[in-house]
Amino acid sequence: MNLTLKVWRQKNEKDKGAFVTYQVDGISHEMSFLEMFDVLNERLIQKNEEPIAFDHDCREGICGMCSMFINGRAHGPWTRTTVCQLHMRAFKDGETIVIEPWRAKGFPVLKDLMVDRSAFDRIIAAGGFVSVNTGNPQDANCLPVPKHDADESFSAASCIGCGACVASCKNSSAMLFVAAKVSQLALLPQGQVERKQRALSMVAQMDAEGFGNCTNTGSCEAECPKGVSLTHIARLNREYLMANIAE
Amino acid sequence: MTKLNSKIPEGELQTKWTKYKSTVPLVNPSNKLNIEIIVVGSGLAGASAAASLAELGYKVKCFCFQDSPRRAHSIAAQGGINAAKNYQNDGDSVYRLFYDTIKGGDYRAREANVHRLAEVSSAIIDQCVAQGVPFAREYGGYLDNRSFGGTQVQRTFYAAGQTGQQLLLGAYSALARQIGKGSVTMHTRHEMLDVVIIDGKARGIIARDLVSGKLERHFGHAVLLCTGGYGNVFYLSTNAMGCNATAIWKAHKKGAFFGNPCYTQIHPTCIPVSGDHQSKLTLMSESLRNDGRIWVPKAKGDTRKPNEIPEEERDYYLERRYPAFGNLVPRDVASRAAKERCDAGYGVGASKMAVYLDFAFNTLRYGQIEANKHNIHNPSKEELVKLGREVIKEKYGNLFEMYEKITGENPFEVPMRIYPAVHYTMGGLWVDYDLMTTIPGMYALGEANFSDHGANRLGASALMQGLADGYFVIPYTIGSYLSTDIRTKAISTDHPAFVETEKKVQEQIDKLMHIKGTRSVDHFHKQLGKIMWDKCGMGRNEKGLTAAISEISTLREEFWKDVRIPGGQDEMNTELEKAMRVADFLELGELMCKDALHRKESCGGHFREEYQTEEGEAKRDDDNFTYAAAWEFKNVGEWELNKEDLNYQVVHPSQRSYK
Ligand SMILES: Cc1cc2nc3c(=O)[nH]c(=O)nc-3n(C[C@H](O)[C@H](O)[C@H](O)COP(=O)(O)OP(=O)(O)OC[C@H]3O[C@@H](n4cnc5c(N)ncnc54)[C@H](O)[C@@H]3O)c2cc1C
Ligand code: SF4
Ligand code: FES
Repeated sequence: MNLTLKVWRQKNEKDKGAFVTYQVDGISHEMSFLEMFDVLNERLIQKNEEPIAFDHDCREGICGMCSMFINGRAHGPWTRTTVCQLHMRAFKDGETIVIEPWRAKGFPVLKDLMVDRSAFDRIIAAGGFVSVNTGNPQDANCLPVPKHDADESFSAASCIGCGACVASCKNSSAMLFVAAKVSQLALLPQGQVERKQRALSMVAQMDAEGFGNCTNTGSCEAECPKGVSLTHIARLNREYLMANIAE
Repeated sequence: MTKLNSKIPEGELQTKWTKYKSTVPLVNPSNKLNIEIIVVGSGLAGASAAASLAELGYKVKCFCFQDSPRRAHSIAAQGGINAAKNYQNDGDSVYRLFYDTIKGGDYRAREANVHRLAEVSSAIIDQCVAQGVPFAREYGGYLDNRSFGGTQVQRTFYAAGQTGQQLLLGAYSALARQIGKGSVTMHTRHEMLDVVIIDGKARGIIARDLVSGKLERHFGHAVLLCTGGYGNVFYLSTNAMGCNATAIWKAHKKGAFFGNPCYTQIHPTCIPVSGDHQSKLTLMSESLRNDGRIWVPKAKGDTRKPNEIPEEERDYYLERRYPAFGNLVPRDVASRAAKERCDAGYGVGASKMAVYLDFAFNTLRYGQIEANKHNIHNPSKEELVKLGREVIKEKYGNLFEMYEKITGENPFEVPMRIYPAVHYTMGGLWVDYDLMTTIPGMYALGEANFSDHGANRLGASALMQGLADGYFVIPYTIGSYLSTDIRTKAISTDHPAFVETEKKVQEQIDKLMHIKGTRSVDHFHKQLGKIMWDKCGMGRNEKGLTAAISEISTLREEFWKDVRIPGGQDEMNTELEKAMRVADFLELGELMCKDALHRKESCGGHFREEYQTEEGEAKRDDDNFTYAAAWEFKNVGEWELNKEDLNYQVVHPSQRSYK
């Protein structure tokens, strides 16, 4: 197929950036979206132009590195799919595709389609853990966890930290990401001791990083490639409220 | 003649580690505060080491090339992690895990290391659960297990098909906690490009900030390389796009011997190549072989759709050849068997380079179990399928989705098509019992070292090894070195060795940028991958390997004459990053072929076509090759072989049989 791509190009963090239009032909349906970018980049290199920088690593939907805003949707048209899992079957011959980086105050653009998501790491460092040193904890089976809680905790833990929730939210809120971690640990016996402090510290850090407030529009859940559910935000709200009351 | 001292402690195998731990010299808490440790890598090995060492009080600096430590390729591990917990009461024990690993490795691993690995396996699960890793559980709330290849017990712990993700996020959370406390300084989007050696000891690294393009010098009393495997030398593999050998290769060129470079694991169940555009291959977890049966048509070149081929016209070749282990034979065996069928003309799919992995049989079986549970009498086939699918979905749902996204086919409807792909490298930097390389003060952990898996790794054992190394081994063994180093003050990075090493790195970058040739980095990488796959892949022979060695050296020359890297060096430049990695692969590939050529036997993942039994199984030569090959770098394309003899004191090597 032949496609027209409008790709955001930006030299570095300070550069203003702009869309550049590329025509790409000879794309097969079997290619992944990123492989289509590989083809385009190879052609740019042949023309002695700089290839388009984009983040990617595992290319199987688990590392959370890839991040493209395609035709107005984080990770493109398929639901519950990362960009790297998106395949060209999703597009029609002759289509125009607009590709931008994540846009949010908390995620400054570094180059072209790459953004800086280190804010997420700082939020986790503020409290997204159980404070247990390496050593001799009790036997794993001394802590039975009801299967339902374990499964629910796992579904929260499946967050890949990609940032699509922030990118698709009109307020650039990071609530779904934060809720996923708070919820994972609040559901497990291991997470109880620091439960209150965790919710408070992580939310404080989230605010400090410049992410917006959650107004329950639900676009984060709709665009999240791992289907992390809004119920976790509800749980985070409860956790946060309880923690504040306890303060 | 050997320059190798494996430092295996004296005494009975079962007591070596316990004794070691209680006698290893310690560094007292106040001295730890003045000791700096560099950890390169934030995968299971790196994150667990960095967190554990920081908890002990050391000052740690950790590096990764991704934008967050949580994205190391350990995140992609699907199937599970082994531990000798014997929760299933099915006869597992430390000894059995040790024995399975030694046997699975085709008797080419060091007994003492493997036994230690089995001993600490249990504590890993405890540690992870304490961190809040949500492993799969049964209805009673206790941990669930599944089987992996090469074993007859259920010792694999898992979290759906995302075990690596959950374990890494656990280690990452421990690391994040130390970063928050300031005891680990994290450097993301940084690539280590060389080691700094002062008075024969590793004392730091040169790293490039991938955002600004600036070179940086970092001092450490010790340097830990936890940089993962080098499967990307084949271009196409199940590794992430950024996985590379640069850190270990630069260390190798500075004096760290390279152990068993040719031992590569080709994983039997991956989604087949679909065209020239292919950038990577996707694994379908080995756990699927618990419930998927592998087959090809009995007739050559059968073009019927899989569902149209009746049962009696299907060849379940693994069950036929290996009745005792069936679909759960180890990976090397399963991969070769698939290749054998496809080469003989029985392959399926458009390319004919694939076999079926079929869930229909077990879907019905589970359906029947569910029907019994729910008191449904005489269920129809549709009902059974419906009930069975729910069970399969719960176990492997995300893998099925992944498969469908890539191929556009639903594995509930038609069997998966799979083919072997490069997956893991058993080889790596040679390390002693302490995990120290032949450079004093430089350690290698996780997939980056050669230590525990011999010539073939069993499924679910890499996660175990990475975490064993980082959580439970290095925190002890590093004391034996650092306790002698407590008087060494931090060395200034203005030291001539730092200046000189940085200059060399800069020269390499300048050289690459000035070639301004005509072909892209990927062009060379693909060529290299093709040579490696054709001649140093699943089947190897003298003629092919000899040809590969000269082809690689020619390709390397062309690369240095004709590669084109657009953009500048003082900025983010993804092509430059790739070029530096491929430059190293072009040297490493040659060593892999040399090692494969010299090892005139077949063992584990190393299959020399000249050395096979009449049934086509790997034929070892224990008299001449019961050693680990440790290659010493002399010059580009020139190495000296050192041998570490492997003394089997407890297990007696025999022909590996899974029949
Ligand atoms: C698809 C897949 C599935 C797997 N499934 C399983 C499984 O089910 N069970 C199992 O036991 N094993 C499995 N494995 C194997 C296992 O995942 C790996 O062997 C293991 O996770 C490697 O961990 P590591 O810490 O050694 O390296 P990695 O996790 O690869 O981490 C390497 C780290 O080093 C950093 N790095 C690399 N080079 C540099 C450099 N030059 N400068 C700075 N930083 C650098 C990277 O940024 C990264 O942080 C699987 C592997 C793959 C590819
Ligand atoms: S919650 Fe979903 S969208 Fe947000 S970071 Fe996690 S995986 Fe990405
Ligand atoms: S590249 Fe890893 S999730 Fe897309």
